[in-house]
Amino acid sequence: MSLMLAERSCVYSMLINLMETREAELKGLGADFVFGFVQSMDGERDPRNLLLAFQIAKSIIHRGYDLGKFTEELFEVTSCYFPIDFTPPSNDPHGITKEDLIEALRAVLSGTPKFAEFVLPLIIEKLDSDVQSAKLDSLQTLTSCVSQYEHKDLAEFLEGLWTSLRREVFQTSSERIECAGLAALTALTSCLSRSVLNSDSEDSLSTFLDLVLTDCKHHLCEPDLKLVWPSAKLLQAACSASSRASHIITAAVMPALVEQYSSRTQCSHRRTLLEVVLRFIQSVTSSQSSENEESMFLAFRQSLCDMVFSALSETNSSLQITATTTLTSLAQQTGLLLDADIELAVDHLTRLLLTEEDEKVSVAVVSCAGALAELHPTIFISKFIPRLKKEMFSEPMEQDNNREASEKHSHHAVRQQCLSALAAVSIRPSVVQESTPVLLEVLSSAHAGSVGFSVEEVVLACRSLQKIAEQVQDTEETGRCFHELIIPRLLSLALQAALQGEGSSGRRSPLVEEVVLSAVVSVIGTSCSRLQPKLAEQTVARAVSLFLDGDVSFLPDNSFPSHIRLLKQPQRESWSQSQMVCLLMGCVCSLPRSVAVPQIEQLLSQLEEMSCTCTHPLSYTSAAKCFAGLVNKQSQGDSLDSLIQRTMKRVCGELDSTSSPTRSQAFTLMIWVAKGLLLRYHPLSTALTDKLFSLLDDADLGSMAAEGFSLLMSDSADVLNRGCHADLRIMYRQRFFSENSSKLVQGFNAAPQEKKSNYLKALSNIVNKLPKQVQITELPALLNLLLEALSCPDQGVQLSTLSCLEPVLIDPPPALIQQLEALFSRLLALVSSPTMSVKITSLRCIHALSRLPTHEIFPFRARVLKALARPLDDKKRRVRSEAVLARGEWYLVGSPGGR
Amino acid sequence: MSAGSRLENANPTIFQRSGERLLTATEEDEDAHDPIDDREIFDILSINDPEHPLSLEDLNVVEQVRVKVDDAESSVGVEFTPTIPHCSMATLIGLSIKVKLLRSLPDRFKIDVQITPGSHASEEAVNKQLADKERVAAALENSSLLEVVNQCLTSRSI
Repeated sequence: MSLMLAERSCVYSMLINLMETREAELKGLGADFVFGFVQSMDGERDPRNLLLAFQIAKSIIHRGYDLGKFTEELFEVTSCYFPIDFTPPSNDPHGITKEDLIEALRAVLSGTPKFAEFVLPLIIEKLDSDVQSAKLDSLQTLTSCVSQYEHKDLAEFLEGLWTSLRREVFQTSSERIECAGLAALTALTSCLSRSVLNSDSEDSLSTFLDLVLTDCKHHLCEPDLKLVWPSAKLLQAACSASSRASHIITAAVMPALVEQYSSRTQCSHRRTLLEVVLRFIQSVTSSQSSENEESMFLAFRQSLCDMVFSALSETNSSLQITATTTLTSLAQQTGLLLDADIELAVDHLTRLLLTEEDEKVSVAVVSCAGALAELHPTIFISKFIPRLKKEMFSEPMEQDNNREASEKHSHHAVRQQCLSALAAVSIRPSVVQESTPVLLEVLSSAHAGSVGFSVEEVVLACRSLQKIAEQVQDTEETGRCFHELIIPRLLSLALQAALQGEGSSGRRSPLVEEVVLSAVVSVIGTSCSRLQPKLAEQTVARAVSLFLDGDVSFLPDNSFPSHIRLLKQPQRESWSQSQMVCLLMGCVCSLPRSVAVPQIEQLLSQLEEMSCTCTHPLSYTSAAKCFAGLVNKQSQGDSLDSLIQRTMKRVCGELDSTSSPTRSQAFTLMIWVAKGLLLRYHPLSTALTDKLFSLLDDADLGSMAAEGFSLLMSDSADVLNRGCHADLRIMYRQRFFSENSSKLVQGFNAAPQEKKSNYLKALSNIVNKLPKQVQITELPALLNLLLEALSCPDQGVQLSTLSCLEPVLIDPPPALIQQLEALFSRLLALVSSPTMSVKITSLRCIHALSRLPTHEIFPFRARVLKALARPLDDKKRRVRSEAVLARGEWYLVGSPGGR
Repeated sequence: MSAGSRLENANPTIFQRSGERLLTATEEDEDAHDPIDDREIFDILSINDPEHPLSLEDLNVVEQVRVKVDDAESSVGVEFTPTIPHCSMATLIGLSIKVKLLRSLPDRFKIDVQITPGSHASEEAVNKQLADKERVAAALENSSLLEVVNQCLTSRSI
């Protein structure tokens, strides 16, 4: 240790090189080489050199150098650094972290079982330390050590290790240490489980587990259940180590738990015990070597079922929820539950579904039913679905007293539960074939008016269909089900409703309502996007011929007139028929790009015509979206370019004539086409977006244009998104922003005062949708504009600017720090805004600013505290609670014990 | 921490939290007036216990039934229950509750913090200290005391 730092580093590097190139010669030196190394690193203090020295020690161990009689010396010279205590200087140029050193040393200490007799006592000693990081390091090192050891290396230290581990979990001071302690116990148990038994040696696993059981098991039975969780966690950690360990532990613990459960009467105790049981089932599942292995709970099947079913019958909601989770776990144990158990479970679930009012319980029941139905479809087909159907189609009891309203409400709640349960259980194709006809029947009865379903219930039925389309296993069988049954049926019902229109009876079918139609669009869209190519081609061909030629031959209940022309409605005739175009959109815009749409030119030209001339908003908007969705997927080339140019000419013509009655229509078509082209980086998109920028100054369309940027930048739900296979480049938002932000700034500066807010609104609509990383890099350039936007009187602008500032404030760029004065004075002014949401968001921003470095914000402390006193007495509770949080944090700024 | 490394009550009973307050339609309504109620005060008091990494709610030190507020009269009364009858932290817990309320409520409120009757050995003395404005103010001038109070009031959102 007489050499200087740089020279020592040189020695280590030479040794590393020699070990790479001259291994045989070095090994020829025998244990002398190890002794030499031990001498050379003795007393090393520099972290850079230590990393090198640890690397050499690791290689000595791993490459099988002869340690000879110097094993303990090599251990001593390295272990004296354990546990590592090192804080790099703040301006450290070498970038060595405490973690690097910990990892490197751990690789040495845990590298060989030869160190076991030295390292284990050291770990036991260091676990006694009060320093949290030393405890954590010791536990992690232990975990790493025992993965290499055999039981004989551990034997004499088992008791000491157990005592320390138990203490760390029982008296835990932090979750990290508890987790590390439990992981070490699992590793230890699994080490013991690996060992091969000799006839003369004792079974060290069962000896060790006896120790664990003696200390933990009785806590599961104490009257106050005080240490039940730490004990259970320890037992479960051991349990999850190996199949043998879980056999031993479950055999010892389960009877006690079962007995405890039945002797307790308090719901909270029962719930705790049931949760413990649940964790045991889960920890055993993780130790099972193969799925086909017989469940180790087989012996306790009856008592476990009794426990779960009794818990399901209780009125305590948390107990019921735990019971559903336990039921799911039991069902997942291979071959454990009998058919009779599942039937009983289905009865319980059905009962809860139909009667339970607590929403959390209902959600748990629905998800349990879903899990069970995947494993046992037949019982759900024969019992569950018919029962739910019966409940849904029964009319609420007519009662003339005032209980009627609440009865009606609860009947609606039951239907709602049934609809979501039908979706949850439909994962297997065999179940889907039974559940979807029920949902379709809800729609047709609602349309016919034979059963009184509300519009909301009809929408929920559609949502369930959509969820099924989303989650069902993708097979030919289910594809056919959607292609041949569901889609034609939906189109047929919607068409019947549309032809009825207002009808003579004055009753209107729910299927002409916009909410219902858009729910149907999602069903059609989701299923079309997942269809196999052949089926998709047939479906689109049918849909196009229905809309272009009025071909109704594929629709069921075919009693339609022969002259249907859905896309070419005479002016103002029937909005209920023209709005059907949204269903066409759902179908043709969600297909994979490889599927060709027949008669595309004719289709596009009729859609364009409809979107420019129709007066019904849903109809012309849907036509525009459908047009844009198709254009987005058209292959690049002259025909596409000329199509776009033709449309652009028509649209711009309309927009330029300020007296035109159909400017809104032209605007809608323009913005959707712009979006369709922008997503795929089509060069012609710029012309359209530039038009949009110029409209910000327009007297009538200015504010619509500002909102339009939000449409351009956000994902649309039913068209032009990834789910419907749109041509969509991931970085399109950033690209659009970087190409156009300067236009906005210039436009803002040039605009007359009364138009400036449109620019600010457009800016905040764009910036809001950018990823945070981009926001931070772009913010400096835009900061002045955003600060300006905060003082803009338009509340929409204030709100969207605040919500785009808020995430940036958590880790603000330096440019913002320069502007704190301006920022604070604007934010503090907004705290007194008349609008609740503006107040709330500005308080959140002020709260976020409290986390900035104290020396930057301390000068504002008094001002902030004073300004925040007022919202503490706001009339709205949500404002007050944000003010309480923010003011509490600001009190801590620069105060002792605070930040 | 000045509490030292030895805990007075190492294994407290932990109680179930009451869960987030559910948002009602009135609270969303821009024009409606939401009066300050007991639950709101109770939510303000989610203070950390100086001895445990748990909040006072977890330990039942503060319960909603022992929080009384009268918005119209501008008065708040809170009774807290130390985990053990000889808890030396009682004054500190009371002081933290008081400071938290002073920082969180409008000036107009009169704030009264007391120990739940019969739950602490030196109940009267502690109550007297907490009611004495001068002493509370003086305590907060003491920077080491302020430090512990602030630590209790630091939210653990890490």
